[in-house]
Parts: sequence; C-alpha cells; structure tokens
Amino acid sequence: MERLLRIDRRIIFIFVAIAVTLPLLIRFNLPVVATKDVKSIYNKINSLPEGSHVLISFDYDPASKEELQPMAVALLHHCFKNNIKVIGMTLNPGGTGLADSAITEAGKEYGKKYKEDYVFLGYKTGTELVMINMGENIFSAFPKDFYGNATVDLPVLKGVQSLQDMDYVIDLASGSSIEAWIAFGKEKYNFDLGGGCTAVIGPDMYPFLQSKQLTGLMSGLKGAAEYEILINRKSTAVAGMSPQSVVHVLVALFVIFGNVLYFMTGRKK
Amino acid sequence: MYKIFFTFFLSILLLHNSSTFAVEGNKLIPPSDFQAFDTPDDDGKSISLRWPSSPTESAEVEYVVYASLRKDGPFITEALRINSNTMYEEGSDSNLHYVEIKPEKFFSKKSDVTGGRSDYFFKLVMMSNPENVEVKKIASAAPEGNWFNWKKLNNFIIMIAFSALVLLFIEHAKKNPNLYLRKISGLDAIDDALGRATEMGKPVLFVHGLNGMGSISTIAAVNILGKIAIRVAEYDTTLKVSNIDPIVLSVSQEVVKESYLEAGRPDAYVEDNVFMAASEQFPYVAAVSGIMIREKTAANFFMGYFYAESLILAETGASTGAIQIAATDSYTQLPFFITTCDYTLIGEELYAASAYLSREPLLLGSLRAQDVAKGIIITALVLGAVLATIGVGFISFIFKAS
Amino acid sequence: MNFFKRTIPLTIAFIMGVMMAFQYYVPHEASQSLLKVVTRWGITIAGFAVFIGVYSLFHLHWNKIKRKVPGWGYSTFVFFGAGITIIFGLYNGGEFFLNDKQEGTMFDWMYFNVQVPAGATMFSILAFFMASAAYRTFRARTGEATILLIAAVIVMLGRVPVGALIWEYLPPLADWIMSVPNMAAKRGILIGVSIGAIATSLRIIFGIERAYLGGGD
Repeated sequence: MERLLRIDRRIIFIFVAIAVTLPLLIRFNLPVVATKDVKSIYNKINSLPEGSHVLISFDYDPASKEELQPMAVALLHHCFKNNIKVIGMTLNPGGTGLADSAITEAGKEYGKKYKEDYVFLGYKTGTELVMINMGENIFSAFPKDFYGNATVDLPVLKGVQSLQDMDYVIDLASGSSIEAWIAFGKEKYNFDLGGGCTAVIGPDMYPFLQSKQLTGLMSGLKGAAEYEILINRKSTAVAGMSPQSVVHVLVALFVIFGNVLYFMTGRKK
Repeated sequence: MYKIFFTFFLSILLLHNSSTFAVEGNKLIPPSDFQAFDTPDDDGKSISLRWPSSPTESAEVEYVVYASLRKDGPFITEALRINSNTMYEEGSDSNLHYVEIKPEKFFSKKSDVTGGRSDYFFKLVMMSNPENVEVKKIASAAPEGNWFNWKKLNNFIIMIAFSALVLLFIEHAKKNPNLYLRKISGLDAIDDALGRATEMGKPVLFVHGLNGMGSISTIAAVNILGKIAIRVAEYDTTLKVSNIDPIVLSVSQEVVKESYLEAGRPDAYVEDNVFMAASEQFPYVAAVSGIMIREKTAANFFMGYFYAESLILAETGASTGAIQIAATDSYTQLPFFITTCDYTLIGEELYAASAYLSREPLLLGSLRAQDVAKGIIITALVLGAVLATIGVGFISFIFKAS
Repeated sequence: MNFFKRTIPLTIAFIMGVMMAFQYYVPHEASQSLLKVVTRWGITIAGFAVFIGVYSLFHLHWNKIKRKVPGWGYSTFVFFGAGITIIFGLYNGGEFFLNDKQEGTMFDWMYFNVQVPAGATMFSILAFFMASAAYRTFRARTGEATILLIAAVIVMLGRVPVGALIWEYLPPLADWIMSVPNMAAKRGILIGVSIGAIATSLRIIFGIERAYLGGGD
C-alpha cells in the first residue's frame, strides 16, 4: 500500500499516455452539447448583418495552439460563411504564424479575398498600449498590415476608424489579455467583447461573464468543440473530446484511488 | 339609415388600419421637435440629436438626418439613417429618440473655422415610400470637449477617498509604528529556507513570474527579492534569479547588486547569476526546470504572476527535494502551488510582503488602509445585496460604472 | 548621483502617475492626445527593452561556453537556434528583409515544424504533471480538503462530454460550481488584489515604494 502511495511518477505518466493514445486509435464519439456562454458568441455573430466588421485578436502562442487554434478556425468559418469582414491581429509575437495561417486557409475555403473580405494586421508590442492606440485610431496603431500594405487603403477597413466602429471583438487568449481588453478596450471604447481562452484560465473569466463585460466565452478544447457543433463543422476539437474525456476520468480515478489508499493505510491527520 | 351604418362600418375599418392608411395615404406626422446639442462628457467629437416619437412610426418608415455647415443649407450630406422604431433614449419609454453622431465622419476638417468652434446644422426628415415629410426646425450645435466626465464622478470620489485613507493611515503609522500584522507563514519561512540552502551548500533559485514591471505582482516580487538578496549575501549562499522580461531583468540586477552592497558584500555579487532565461512562456519553463535539475537548488522561490507553467515549475522543484515558497496573485495557479509548495502566499499577501518584511511604518500604514477599504467594500456588498433584494438600489447606484 | 538615481525618477513617477490617474476622468481631446503620446512612448521603450534581454541571454551563454562550465554544450544551441532563425528571417525566401514578408519560406517551415510542436509539447507536459500531482497530493486530510476534492472531481467530469453520460446532472452541477462558489471566490480575490494594486500604485506615485528603482534608499 505504502509503495503504491509513493509510486514512481513515470508509471502515472505511462497511464496518461495510454489514456490519450487509445481513444485516438479506437475512435468513438461523445455527444457535445453547447453551453450558454458559447451559444452567446454564436448568436452574436449570427445576429450581425453581412458586411459587419469583427476583430479577432489571436493572443496565443504555439504552446496553446491545440486549444485555441480550433476555436479560431471555427470562428473564422462562421464569420466567412455569414459574409462578415474579419480583421485579425495578435498581441503575442509567437502567434503571428498561427493567426495568419488560420485566416488565410479559412478565407480561401470560402473564396474570400484578402484586403477586401479580411485582413491580418500582424503583431504589435505593448498589449494595453496597443488597445488604447487602436481605441483612438486603428490606422495609427497599425499603419501597415502583416504583409506591408498601408491599412488606410484597405477596402475591408472602410467605415472603421477605431475599436468603437467594430461590430464585435473576440479575444482568443492564452494569458491575461482578455482582462486587458476589458479594462483598456471595452470599458473605454464601449464595444461588444467575446472571449476564448485555455481551460486553465477559464475560471478567471466567470466574474466578467456575470457582469456582462464579456458577452460570451469559449473555454478550452470543449469550448471549441461546442462551437464546432453549433456551426455544424466537426473538426479537431470534437475529435479531441474522446481522449480528453478519458484522461479526465483517469485523473478522477487517480484522485479517488489515492485517497482510498490513504485512508486504508490509516494515515493520521 | 343604411348610409349611416355603411359610413360607421367604413370608419371602423379605417381607424383599425390608421397607421397603414397614414403611410399609404401619405399622412406621415413628423415629430413635434428636434434638438441638437453637444454630447456631454465626451472628447468634443460628438453631437447628440434628440426628438420625440411620432405616432406614425413603423418598420417601413425611416428617419434621415441631413447635415450642413450653413444654416441655410444645402442639406445634402446624409448623417444618419435609421428605422423609425429604433434608437430610443434609455429611460424614455420609447417616447424620445436619441442618437450620437460624429460630424468628422462625414465632413472633412474645416479650414475656414475661426475661434476653434464650428456649428453644424441638422435637418430631420421622416421618410417612407413614396412621400417624405420634414421637421421644420433646423437644429444646430457645436461639439465641445469636456474637461470632466461627470458619469465617472462616483469613481473619482472613491479614488480620492481611498487615496486620502492611505495617506491618513501612513501618517497614523508614523506616530504608531507598531501596527499589528497577522503572521504570514510563507514570509517567516524565508529565513529557514535560506538557512537550509546555506547548510547544504546549494544555490537558491528565485523565479520571477511572467508579467513585466508594469504588473504590481512583479513590483512586489522585486521587493521580496531585495530582502532575500540581503540575507543570501550575509549567509554567503549563491542566489540565482531567472527573468523572462528584459526590464524586470534590469531592475532585478540593480536590486540584487544594491542588496549585496547593503550587506557589505559587493564582491560576492555575480551579474551572471541574475539572467534572462528565455522570453517566452514554455522556453522559460524548460530553462528554469533544467536549472533546478542540474544545479539541484535547495530553495526555490516562485514570486509573481504565473500562468500554466506554474505546475511544471513547482513539480520539477518538488522532485528535486527543494523547499519551495510561492507567492502569486494568479487565482487559477494557486491550487497548483498550494499542492506542490511548502508555503504559498495568496493574492494580496504578496503585496503585503514588502511591509511585512521591512516593518516600515509607511508601508504598514498603507496596508492598514487596504484592510479598512476592504472592510468598507464588504459592508457595502452586504448592505447593497440586502437593499437590492428589497428593491432599494441606492448602493448599487453609488457603485455603478459609467 | 542620488539626484539622478532617485530624485528625478521619483519626480517623473509622481508627475506621470498623478497625470495619468486624472487623465482617466478627462474626456477632452487634449487628454486623449496625451494618452496617445504616452502610449507611443511606452511601446517604443518596450521595443528597445528587447535588446537588453537578448544581450543578457547571449552574454550568459557565451560566458558558459568560454569557461567550459559543465553543460556548456547546451549553450551552443542558443546561438545555433537564434542564428538560424535570424538568418532565415532576414533571407525572407530570397527577397531579404527590405521587402514584404514572403510565404512558404524556411522561416515559416521552422516555425511550423520546430517552434509550434516544441511549444505544444511543453504545454502537454502539464497533463502528465497534473495527473501525477493529483495522485500524490490531493488528499482528504481535512473537511475542507474533502469538499475541495469532491468539487474537483465533479468539475473534472462535468466539463467533458463523458460527464453527461455518467450522470445527467453532472454538467449542470459543474456549471453551478464554476458560476457560483468559484466566481464568488474569484471575485473576492479580485477585489482584494485590486485594492492592493491601487495601494501599491499610490505608494509608487508618492515615492513610498522604491524597489522598482533598484534597491537602497
């Protein structure tokens, strides 16, 4: 019993590796039901008329790609399907490649034209400072887009001067940028803000949902899976639900098993 | 008799379809008034328009506002076009329309403005197919920037009150320097951890969080670093400080150098021991984990704001047998630190560290002010919740954000 | 020397701190212009700070290689990785850095085939460490710890699709735990931390907190 309590952590690692790998080999589907917070984002985008401007801030790096990239792709598909103009940007230097590839591939699938239907502004350092700058004038914050085109001349940005002219802003964050968007963006410049984040920081966002500073939230891979279900486009996120479920069950079993052993060995408080 | 009944019957039909008839029969009734005025509490780029509702509003009718730089027109620039049954003023029960427009959007900057103020003139037209009807009154206004946002008055008062409270308690602490502070085990354990490292002859590792110098938690962490560096210099132990931000690195180097100087050991300071491990989250984790495993650090201090890397760092440190003290205001990482570290400072305990370790009256005073402010907020929360439950929204109103 | 190291920075901190605090309440265009200028200064300074970090990194590892300390071989990878990234970034698929960024270059290949998988791998380690930590340390030693454990298991299972299959009320229960107790605790900590942040900011503005200047008084 004592040995089981002090088991080498590598044995636990092996269990986790098996729990992740097996469901990918033996595929099975699990029902994914969209929650209220994810539906809020979906409904908001659905309510926007064609030609609306949606700003998506891809504030994540390659480490968080597995959770946030599926969210990004699902959002982009939804926007392009509804003929909404997408303005992409990132406040994370590691995220430029991911953001650019997501926007470009989704845009191509729907026959959208760069500069007319979507644009990727690229990366700017300064986080809160960039938000304040964009709140006053987007063209001064991003004089050129990622490819060096002058933003003032871009048809997709016609009618947009600053953040106040955006019909919806969504921040996909692996860090604390959602809070920065609320404090330095939404509260100052008054636009609707939605969020997508890694599951780890999801609990941090609940106060903002309740106070309606965030209109909706996608949290973790499950949030991405729910969005894929809503737009009827099952992809990597839905596929990831099986291994995620198995690992969650495994960890829960580890916790229970560990406590059973703990009480059986008669540990004193 | 037959004619009377026929007329009566026809008039009922007409009344029932009055709005449609009004549109179909071109009997739009324009609003009785139309006002334009400078939007209050703004930067001087917006003009507000207000007009009462018309009984002939419907989804098929639109309001169009034309603008001009001269009172006598021409009114050809379309400033606004909305459905007539939208854009009602909040709290007006759909009796008033209210819109804010920015003249800059449809007029280029005027070069013939004298005195810096320019009036804009507006005409309101009610439109349906096929007829239009205008409001006779031409409204005019000049946008002007305001020097105070009155909607944020409650916020301003609270800010001034809290600042006054902090200064008051700092003065109070100067006269009564022995203010009570409850025990914070994590801070008391710092000496034990450093002593352990000295006995084992192993280095001490100080790990900064991921935020930059603009973050309060980083400032608090730097405070603690200064105190640790003094003790480490006195004990002649090796201190390694890992950073992810270049500005934090510069500050940390200065802080540690000054601490060694203060301890009378300037020769013992090694600049390379305060280094930039990496500039990204997970490379930082990899670098710091590598240091922990290779150098077998005896004491690890995790101070600042951490993200997902916290568990990797703390688990790796735990696997090497080091004593670990964490301090973070990152709510979601607290459970990971609590389970893997020997001591954890939660939230504001990190901010209180500088006051706790130095016992300086000025710092203690501000800490006391924080506690009093929290007490006031708790009271307001409880009272506000009770009052709001019985329908009295006074306290909610005081704390309303603009 | 104290005048330049202490007095001037403290004066700047006081003036800028008070000015920017009051700027929040002034909507006038002059105030917004001030904000724009200050933010541009901040972005410029942050940009230059990158060089300090790069210098520190290279200096540290160069010394390790020069002195042949144990593990110096790993330090060569710092220069190798940085060098290759800089070279291919500047090469820009043959168009060089003066032209717009090209697609499908070696730089992109390294990003997608080296940096992205490496970053994702490091993040994935978390899953293994989480399981290990959960097994070793989540013990129901006290009543509070037991409640915590039960809540953790409910949320872990309720937040994945399998939770609904185990028990239909698991997901709503998990949602309730996240929306009510979790949010209440988070809000309490948020209020406390915010007050602490304001107090610390006031201490910095009034020159009471001076650690950010680099130690000593």
